[in-house]
Amino acid sequence: MAKVTTPKPKELSNIEHSPPLMKGWMNTPAEIRPGIYCYASKPKNLEVLGMPYPKEWNPEDDDWKLPENWKEIIEKGFKDRLDRFRSFKLFMDICVRCGACADKCHFFIGSGDPKNMPVLRAELIRSVYRKKFTKGGKIFGKFAGARELTEDVLKEWWYYLYQCTECRRCSVFCPYGIDTAEVTIIGRELTNLLGLNIDWIAAPAANCFRTGNHLGIQPHAYKDMLDFFVDEIEDVTGVRVDYSLNRKGAEILFVTPSGDVFADPGTYTAMGYLMLFHYLQSQGLDITWSTYASEGGNFGYFTSHETAKRLNAKMYAEAKRLGVKYIIGGECGHMWRVLNQYMDTFNGPADFLEEPVSPITGTKFENAKSTKMIHLVEFTADLIKHNKLKLDPSRNDHLKVTLHDSCNTARGMGFLEEPRYVINSVCNNFYEMPPNTIREQTFCCGSGAGLNAGEDMELRMRGGLPRANAVRHVNEKYGVNMLACICAIDRAALPTLMDYWVPEVQVTGVHEMVANALVLEGEKERTTDLRGNPLAGMEEEEDV
Amino acid sequence: MNFILSIIVSSLAVVILVLIPWIGVGALDLKVIFGVLVPYAAMATFFVGIVVRVIDWGRSPVPFRIPTTAGQQWSFPWIKSSPIDNPKGTLGVVVRMIFEVLLFRSLFRNTRLEYRRASDGTPSVNYEWEKWLWLAALVFHYSFFVIFLRHFRFFMEPVPGFVKLLESLDGFMQMGVLPLNGFGLPGVYLTDMLLMLAVTYLFLRRLYVSQTRYISLPADYFPLFLILGLGFTGILMRYFIRVDITAVKQLAVGLFKFNPTVPDGIGVIFYIHLFLISALIAYFPFSKLMHFAGIFLSPTRNLSNNSRFKRHINPWNYPVKVHTYEEYEDDFREAMVEAGIPVEKES
Ligand code: SF4
Ligand code: SF4
Repeated sequence: MAKVTTPKPKELSNIEHSPPLMKGWMNTPAEIRPGIYCYASKPKNLEVLGMPYPKEWNPEDDDWKLPENWKEIIEKGFKDRLDRFRSFKLFMDICVRCGACADKCHFFIGSGDPKNMPVLRAELIRSVYRKKFTKGGKIFGKFAGARELTEDVLKEWWYYLYQCTECRRCSVFCPYGIDTAEVTIIGRELTNLLGLNIDWIAAPAANCFRTGNHLGIQPHAYKDMLDFFVDEIEDVTGVRVDYSLNRKGAEILFVTPSGDVFADPGTYTAMGYLMLFHYLQSQGLDITWSTYASEGGNFGYFTSHETAKRLNAKMYAEAKRLGVKYIIGGECGHMWRVLNQYMDTFNGPADFLEEPVSPITGTKFENAKSTKMIHLVEFTADLIKHNKLKLDPSRNDHLKVTLHDSCNTARGMGFLEEPRYVINSVCNNFYEMPPNTIREQTFCCGSGAGLNAGEDMELRMRGGLPRANAVRHVNEKYGVNMLACICAIDRAALPTLMDYWVPEVQVTGVHEMVANALVLEGEKERTTDLRGNPLAGMEEEEDV
Repeated sequence: MNFILSIIVSSLAVVILVLIPWIGVGALDLKVIFGVLVPYAAMATFFVGIVVRVIDWGRSPVPFRIPTTAGQQWSFPWIKSSPIDNPKGTLGVVVRMIFEVLLFRSLFRNTRLEYRRASDGTPSVNYEWEKWLWLAALVFHYSFFVIFLRHFRFFMEPVPGFVKLLESLDGFMQMGVLPLNGFGLPGVYLTDMLLMLAVTYLFLRRLYVSQTRYISLPADYFPLFLILGLGFTGILMRYFIRVDITAVKQLAVGLFKFNPTVPDGIGVIFYIHLFLISALIAYFPFSKLMHFAGIFLSPTRNLSNNSRFKRHINPWNYPVKVHTYEEYEDDFREAMVEAGIPVEKES
């Protein structure tokens, strides 16, 4: 495959948002372009999960090596899903093409490709639905907006289904709540019936199944990383923190995305977790990490509901095996969408666990009564509210911070205030981005739902443009230099996006800032933050 | 298919729908067919069609709780939650649905993308105020509703009080405003004008917004044209081509009481009007117009965000193959033991 170069920001920003005047979309086949699509799934990764039709294939080839009866497979899969998901059936029927969602998608804003308008993304699927499953479509064909499923149409599906980050921004604006993310999720299930996944999803999912995490970190390497963090923390703070792994009888199991453990700047967030847990030990926190459930995220969710369930099952299984009372989950986006909306239904009831109660404040987390899984930021917010943490927010004074709400926690959970509360407690300079780019209207990082590969960099930089634009706004207005987030995909994807559009801004997890501010017992005077950057007022001392 | 073809096809369809009763009654005098059979058939299609459709939707379960959370979740007592945009229970959902159905709340959020690129290539993404779609949609639906209610003056004898009240409110322009008392337009209903305006706007908007022009199908223009035709024939009848109201009422009351009669002396224009509304309601269950029923079933709006504190059952949940801890430990036991990670079996 030829090396793909990403256009420079100045060229890439040349975007036309007006679709062609005379040529209708049905007559415009998709042109599968390097820089936009992700590489095809490798057969070995599909095999690990027992997915159908593993094969070597290349999206740019004419021959996608489809099974003989591929149309039947899709038709049957389609029918099954119409019967299983009211959402899908309804969303096939009730769109009025009002266009309210059209300019709300970051991929449309950043690419101008009309098929990235949520409504049209869904119409790609709907047109086939009409032909196969509605009388009007069968009789009136194109006049009723119906078309045959052909290989070209299938390729178009694939191309655009893997240009949607399932962020649900469109669904906020739709008068009927049509969620194109739901259509994408189910559309991707259909492509997976033919072995047409992308490898950036298939490989992490396969890794997660076997090794317990997306990055394929084996247990001893996982431990090595945590040990390495312990050393790093000692360098900065002079305190040697304590942690445990796979420990039976602990009160709480901690599960976080493996990205935190293996990729900067998530690693600093992971150090933050370790420091917080260590700090709370003396107050009665009894928590363990696990190598078997060493992944909070769920790339299975970008494959199919079934795969999501298979990967998610580990959390409860591990909680049961270790005999903990409940689970705390780290900072992650789609992880929390799955935990909030699916986990209990997938793999519950978790009747072997207890309703979560903070061992330090005694707060009952009633909103997690059934899943028995709470968000670490909830846990920390409660600690701060009860004055259980000794914090020195001035140690984040070298940062001017804004918060990127991750799509999943914003629109699939409503987790908006807790991170803000924590950030405002641990740092003194916090600035919001403009209102229609945050909270429930937040813009995606452009790399979610398994699209944070290297080969689709142009797509990612395009999709991330609206987010970057809002960051630039606060950067110019308030001098913001740190973009906080509570999502591991964000921590992996946003630094690249910032480098490209707003190079002055770096990316951090919330618990990294918590740890910077947290005053550990017996610590030495801190001169740098966890990254080794001098604290405000300490620049001089660093130089000598 | 481009927009010109879409418009031609859908307007042709409406022209044909006008011609059918015109010829049917005007030339062939098939009054019973067009005055009685067609409206009954259309109504039957309408009601049966909707019920069948809704039942069909209802047959597919809602396996997962997937509300679009558009506000803060319910968590600690000291954090203010959004009980409507992120409802925790039924009450919040009911209020959210009322807002959606009666006020088109989600559409009210609408903004318009304003993309600019500075001369040095720096992009800027902005969002401008855009409530026209919301306003037009609201005006259109409410006008239609009021006009529908006003039509009960034809179906019921005596005319019910609420209809009279509506008529006088709706027709306030007849009375004029001081000092122009008496100079108001004769018999003009506000909703008639608003409906025509709103529908015309909705049509023009489809054309001038390049994105909606691109996504619009004949199925989007057709109902607009049909409703325009309906309004146009209605207005014609009311102000220009007078029909025998007593006879019309006789027919309408008869239809309403399932005791149809076909009086003489009703102009063809009435049959065209009647045929267009019949066509509209018969088309209804098979079209995007079903959004009116669909919104009530929409899982992103009618569910509460309570899946962390209330367990929900997926009726088709099935066991899946997982990678158990035992299998995992078998894969990595040696390395785990060496690294000092606790294991279940030492070897
Ligand atoms: S906002 Fe909803 S109804 Fe309007 S075009 Fe988009 S999906 Fe369709
Ligand atoms: S879910 Fe997000 S990425 Fe997908 S169509 Fe909607 S706005 Fe675009």
